[in-house]
Amino acid sequence: MDKNINTPANPQGAVMVVGGGIAGMQAALDIANSGFYVYLVEKSPAIGGKMAQLDKTFPTNDCAM
Amino acid sequence: MNIELLTLTEVTAISGQEGDITATLVQHPRYVDTDKCIACGLCAEKCPKKVPDEYNEGLGKRKAIYVPYSQAVPLKYTIDPNNCLYLTKERCGLCETVCPSHAINYLDQKKEITLNVGSVVLSTGFKSFDPSGLDHLSFGKHPDIVTSMGFERVLSATGPQGGHLVLPSDKKHKKEPKKIAWLQCVGSRDENRSKNSYCSSVCCMYAVKQSVMAMDHSKAPLDCAIFYMDMRTQGKDFDTYLEKAKDNGVRFVRSRVHTVMPDPHKGNLVMTYVDELGALKTEYFDMVVLSTGLEISADSFALATGMGIELDASNFINTNSFNPVSTSMPGIYACGVFTGPKDIPQSVMEASAAAAAATEGLAVSRNTLTKAVVKPKEREVAEDAPKIGVFVCNCGTNIGGIVDIPAVAAYAAELPGVVYVEENLFTCSQDTQDKMVEVIRNKGLNRIVVAACTPKTHEELFRETLIDAGLNKYLIEMANIRNQDSWVHSDEPEKATTKAKDLVRMAVAKAFRLAPLFETQLPVSPSALVVGGGIAGMTAALSLSRQGYPVTLVEKNQHMGGNGRQLCKTWKNEEIAPFVKGLIADIEADGQIQTLLGATVESVEGFVGNFKTTVTSVDKTQLIDHGVALIATGAVESKPTEYAYGQHKAVMTLLELDALFMEKDTRLEKAMEVVFIQCVGSRDKEHPYCSKVCCTHAIKSAMAFKKKNPDTGVYVLYRDIRTYGQRETLYREARKAGILFFQYDLDSKPVVTPGENRVSVEFTDTILGRRLCVDADILCLSARIDARDNTHLSQAFKVTADSAGWLLEAHQKLRPVDFATDGVFLCGMSHYPKPVDESIAQAKAAAARALTVLSRNSINVGGIVAQIDPERCAGCGGCVEVCSYNAITMDPEREVAVVNDALCKGCGACAATCPSEAPSLMGFNNDQLYAQIKSALAV
Repeated sequence: MDKNINTPANPQGAVMVVGGGIAGMQAALDIANSGFYVYLVEKSPAIGGKMAQLDKTFPTNDCAM
Repeated sequence: MNIELLTLTEVTAISGQEGDITATLVQHPRYVDTDKCIACGLCAEKCPKKVPDEYNEGLGKRKAIYVPYSQAVPLKYTIDPNNCLYLTKERCGLCETVCPSHAINYLDQKKEITLNVGSVVLSTGFKSFDPSGLDHLSFGKHPDIVTSMGFERVLSATGPQGGHLVLPSDKKHKKEPKKIAWLQCVGSRDENRSKNSYCSSVCCMYAVKQSVMAMDHSKAPLDCAIFYMDMRTQGKDFDTYLEKAKDNGVRFVRSRVHTVMPDPHKGNLVMTYVDELGALKTEYFDMVVLSTGLEISADSFALATGMGIELDASNFINTNSFNPVSTSMPGIYACGVFTGPKDIPQSVMEASAAAAAATEGLAVSRNTLTKAVVKPKEREVAEDAPKIGVFVCNCGTNIGGIVDIPAVAAYAAELPGVVYVEENLFTCSQDTQDKMVEVIRNKGLNRIVVAACTPKTHEELFRETLIDAGLNKYLIEMANIRNQDSWVHSDEPEKATTKAKDLVRMAVAKAFRLAPLFETQLPVSPSALVVGGGIAGMTAALSLSRQGYPVTLVEKNQHMGGNGRQLCKTWKNEEIAPFVKGLIADIEADGQIQTLLGATVESVEGFVGNFKTTVTSVDKTQLIDHGVALIATGAVESKPTEYAYGQHKAVMTLLELDALFMEKDTRLEKAMEVVFIQCVGSRDKEHPYCSKVCCTHAIKSAMAFKKKNPDTGVYVLYRDIRTYGQRETLYREARKAGILFFQYDLDSKPVVTPGENRVSVEFTDTILGRRLCVDADILCLSARIDARDNTHLSQAFKVTADSAGWLLEAHQKLRPVDFATDGVFLCGMSHYPKPVDESIAQAKAAAARALTVLSRNSINVGGIVAQIDPERCAGCGGCVEVCSYNAITMDPEREVAVVNDALCKGCGACAATCPSEAPSLMGFNNDQLYAQIKSALAV
């Protein structure tokens, strides 16, 4: 990666999100829903991350799934 | 649609620069063709190889071919190559034999993928601390000592114990625990045993939650005890939850536990600890939960260092308070726990913030690579006689294992209007969807019933299928024969089958009367209104402008900057004043931002995409058209009513002390004894919430005294020190620097007596059990932070606040910057007290969420909304009153009520209220509902 070059005039209209947990999924959705193509890269066989392992979440005691 | 999911994939290298980055990735083989796999589960059923299940933290088993969990996305099986008998020893091959769709491919190879992107967001999260190495806690030596993640799985209905709280050591006899202990700070706030000196931020709150849930799960009274150092429940509503847990009987013991050992004689776990008064205690527990902290995995470390990104001493990505989602490498952004330990709402906020930051530099290329959906033309069926198709789902064995699906299908075939019935293993699977499209077209079906699960999760999917088949998407009705039937009547399969038939009959009766509904498109006004010109409001305004959208920034005062103007430094020692000045200069130089000073919002009309807001400033009133609104009105430090505040010049608040620091006041040099009192006016009966920032702010100020003169006596009187996350570093430094910390409770508050030049502060040293007295030159009070009065603004934008006045987000965990009202977003301290970095993250997040509206050309309104028949309306206004969304107004000329389609959420409250049945909810009209009810009764 080059640190000191200015952004090109015609940048790529796509973003790579690495990690498909709750943060990665939210970032991917917001980026895609504002007009950019997203590659969501996940190391494991499925997205969801740690939150998918949780039972309920406070303070509302909603099901985490 | 515009998200391409690459699972089993890792980044190997990246090169280039922001705007034009080339990423090389490797995708590992799945050995299952995802296009063919229908997730029927036959493979896993027959697979002979059992391995510990990672998803259940090793507390259960999975097979070598598996889906991680039943709701996994994508719901496709994977072969674990390290455990598959065929891949390791070329034996077995059973899964290939049984797979009905020939999806197994043992020859699958890893692939290299190259991507060209403008920017990168890193969100690889955390790994839980592994307590195996901690001998004193005996983890791994007894099955009833579990980690907190393990305990989540124990509690979960989908977990290895089906949600039954029984001892892992005695699952056979379903022996329930009677006493459970939680040990906090395992792998956190511990430099000796774990190297993780930071606080993991989330463990206190999840332990409280788990204890409450455990009591809920337990049939007999359960003794829950949480052993902690400081209760760090600093988030919104967390302290209320904590107090409720105390009321429910959860015990909180301030102690770091010495040892946990299995007791072979008594058959349970023996724990040794020193209590608050210094006495050595021994107590027996049936189960011990280790509240393990969050840390960065070796993989994430390698990923970041490979990209040349700076990490901190604990391997979290180094960020500064003013750019909380930027890494040291331009073009690479980060969010979630990778930048520091944090909870879900904060992770979600940062994720949205990263979305805004990562696309700021790419704004000119918006919509260049995204794809638009091409939809087939809709068939006109309104006048046609119903030709109903019924699809009955087995949901694997979820429904099919209980309900007699062939019998339900045969029954459906006889119902009036039904011309086609099909049974599916999974009606929602991609291949079934494709087949459905064909069937609807070929058989000319014009109403669809899906008897499966809940419309809450799946109706949207089936609506898409109808669109693909050229049918109006509202011509579907779902019968929930899973959640409302097979799941709740699993003991009575025959009755469940009868109920399934009833539910299908009702759905068919309604489907018979379904009519197509239509939506209209309204253009979006591509600009934003930001209320509040503090750090949050300015950050959001700049972010939106850089994304290409004009902003009107409304500030009540004659100057921008808000609370930021009064703050000295962040906890990372960054000067706040120059940053705020920079923001103001950027705003002033930005041609797309119109700033209105001394201005207030008078009234708001319209709805998402099309707001019309009247703003009054000193000399003029103007009407502003905007598509979205962001509320960032901040908060205010309260004036204390105790500890001689206002009666003696030595007594001041944190902000007043910051002012002295900024003015380089000579009193600071002369001060020899300085006392800080925490939680002044916070965390009591009247104001139960924690103001979140004061512990860090006070300790940072305390350190400033110590740095000036190490001989100054500095005392902090606290209830719980809440230097969460990496802020713990500051607390540790403070202790090392000789700042003295004394804990007090609400019933033993410090006593302040004003003297001539000083004030005397008397308090108890709990460890010595003695009263101490300090004559303080400066007594600094960490005063509660109050919400501003947003009553008028809330009413104008139709948003709500909680009882303490904090504006209320749509969902505390998953939608932390959205209001329930579409198109209106919140950020900064108007949501809850928070430090500068979190305000900035939330401001960028609000901008990102606003962009999802602004970047659309139009919004769809209509569909399932209420319509009012003016002939029947008597003009009583009853519907106007019950409408929670202010979607109904009275037409003054005709004296009838009128619904605004853009505001109506289709809740049906108006239809239920009206005595003359004038409103009818489209898709749920009286004719349809009565038919459904009649059909329910007609057995």
